[in-house]
Amino acid sequence: MVSKKIELLVGLFVAIGIAAILMLALKVANAGIAGNGETYQLYAKFDNIGGLKVRSPIKVGGVVVGRVENIKLDQEDYMPIVTLEIYSNYDNFSEATSVSILTAGLLGEQYLGLDPGFLDEELDIGVLQPGDFIEDTKPALVLEELIGQFLFSQDSED
Amino acid sequence: MLEKIQSLGHNTIYIIAGLGRAMMMLLSAIVQVPNPKKGWPLLMNQLFSVGVLSLLIIIVSGTFIGMVIALQGYTILVGYGAEASLGPMVALSIIRELGPVVTALLFAGRAGSALTAEIGLMKATEQLSSLEMMAVDPLRRVIAPRFWAGLISMPLLSAIFAAVAILGGHLVGVDWLGVDSGTYWSVMQAEVDWSNDVLNGVIKSVVFAFVITWIAVYKGYDCVPTSEGISRATTATVVQSSLIVLGLDFILTALMFTN
Amino acid sequence: MSENLVEIKNLSFYREERCIYDDISLNIPKGKVTAIMGPSGIGKTTLLRLIGGQLKPDSGQILFAGQDIPSLSRSKLYTLRKKMSMLFQSGALFTDMSVFENVAFPMREHSRLPENLIEKMVMMKLEAVGLRGAMHLKPGELSGGMARRAALARAIALDPELILYDEPFAGQDPISMGVVVRLIRDLSDALGLTSVVVSHDVPEVMSIADYIYIVAEQKIIGQGTPEQISEMKSELVQQFIQGEADGPVPFHYPAQSYKSQLLGEDP
Repeated sequence: MVSKKIELLVGLFVAIGIAAILMLALKVANAGIAGNGETYQLYAKFDNIGGLKVRSPIKVGGVVVGRVENIKLDQEDYMPIVTLEIYSNYDNFSEATSVSILTAGLLGEQYLGLDPGFLDEELDIGVLQPGDFIEDTKPALVLEELIGQFLFSQDSED
Repeated sequence: MLEKIQSLGHNTIYIIAGLGRAMMMLLSAIVQVPNPKKGWPLLMNQLFSVGVLSLLIIIVSGTFIGMVIALQGYTILVGYGAEASLGPMVALSIIRELGPVVTALLFAGRAGSALTAEIGLMKATEQLSSLEMMAVDPLRRVIAPRFWAGLISMPLLSAIFAAVAILGGHLVGVDWLGVDSGTYWSVMQAEVDWSNDVLNGVIKSVVFAFVITWIAVYKGYDCVPTSEGISRATTATVVQSSLIVLGLDFILTALMFTN
Repeated sequence: MSENLVEIKNLSFYREERCIYDDISLNIPKGKVTAIMGPSGIGKTTLLRLIGGQLKPDSGQILFAGQDIPSLSRSKLYTLRKKMSMLFQSGALFTDMSVFENVAFPMREHSRLPENLIEKMVMMKLEAVGLRGAMHLKPGELSGGMARRAALARAIALDPELILYDEPFAGQDPISMGVVVRLIRDLSDALGLTSVVVSHDVPEVMSIADYIYIVAEQKIIGQGTPEQISEMKSELVQQFIQGEADGPVPFHYPAQSYKSQLLGEDP
């Protein structure tokens, strides 16, 4: 035998619990928006990926359009190949798209920045298909190399 | 020397026999065809005493832990000029670690000990025997609804804990220390991942719920039916389930959050 | 004696290393009150649990209406238990239910009777033990004697064939003792129930039992009708029914010699 009061309180408890899970999902983790929809894959080969990690965000003009799915070395030329997982609603990138490894803030995480480029049928620049390689890549900036370049340019000015 | 080896053997057999009994108890309690008409009211009553009655302590401690983390985190982060990261710091530490673990420890103290004491008392007053003699299986009648109630309640309590802790962090970080509210939420949303963080936290709390409730009902069911036996069993529930939760937490964290 | 409802044959039971019963046999005739008496601590309650199938003997048979209880499967045992019930020493009422709910519990579990019929039957059972007025009380609000009567009402809820009484007279005041004695006798006579009473209260047992077994030192040391028992020659039986402090069951727990222990000598 269950009293009405107990049923009411249990119902309330379960409702609060579900509300809390929803809050964690939507307000905290933002899972509802472009989080777990369909995706497709692109590849990009870099000279140097710096501190890029799996699951780093991929952004166009600051908007997240996907995440890094995998990073591995090419068996032949030992260059890093990054697998990009792009949300399917952004499926119209041109073949002229360039990708670069950027840093969020001074100490922040590294992310991939896409520069979409343009489509031009006359020049035979089409849409990137799933599985294509992005040809135009800019490697990560490594602090030691930057300092080296800076010192070199100082030298040549003297 | 021989005596020491013998006592080692004795203890090993004792522990394994206990594990075996616990396993048998759990299996015969939960492997059954559910009877909605009889099972539902039993489950309701247990959800009330295990879940609803634990709600207050979970909400209060959740709020305070969120507030403390925000306060501590702010004083550290502000030194790096990184107070914008307060949101993800609070959210990640709560969702990944403190939510499941602190809830589990509080749950073991609040609900686990009560379960053990209640079942132990039913055993001591021959209520379990009398159920058996009335041809009602006490495992199904007494143990099963308590086990399910624990398994259902704790993940919910854990989620509630996490939610109020993050709100508590907001209270201190935003309303008191002056971090921008939009920054608090948006940086949090960028950093916290649904499957990697939230779901793994939920998995942790389900595992803890399973272990704690199992220990609690087993200790009650297996206790020496005297007042001393019940008090020992209650203590054992809290101590053992707390230790196992902390140990399991390390293993789960190592599996989930390291690549 | 016509027919036996329960027959125990060559039963031995050990708890850990300790022998509780060594090859005992006894019969419980149908429709009679059979008492099992003996000093405390010899496992009289154990015998009831053996009959109820809660414990398994190390050897021997326990036949209930022809079925060997220790060898029954779990589901058959549960079916069989619906025909027997046990009155526990503490009453064992469910503390979270009222007296009414307690008595209704076995009916709700094992029958599909509509609620209004169950209500009427509960009233009847409570009327039989004189507690109809107390049906909305919780077990915590009952006195010891009332709790035992409420438990008795629950025990007869499903009209069992056999009731096992575990120390029904222990810790009762004279009035409630008298009530319980009358109830056991009445239930047996009116409903034709077979009763097994385990007790060490000699006068009460002598007054209601049809047949008595006296158990001590792992054996049955005496059996018979109350008249036969009181005329028995055995010193052990006489010591028990007369309640003498010293006799074949010594006053002193076995120990080394008192003098040598006082003087600190090695045994």
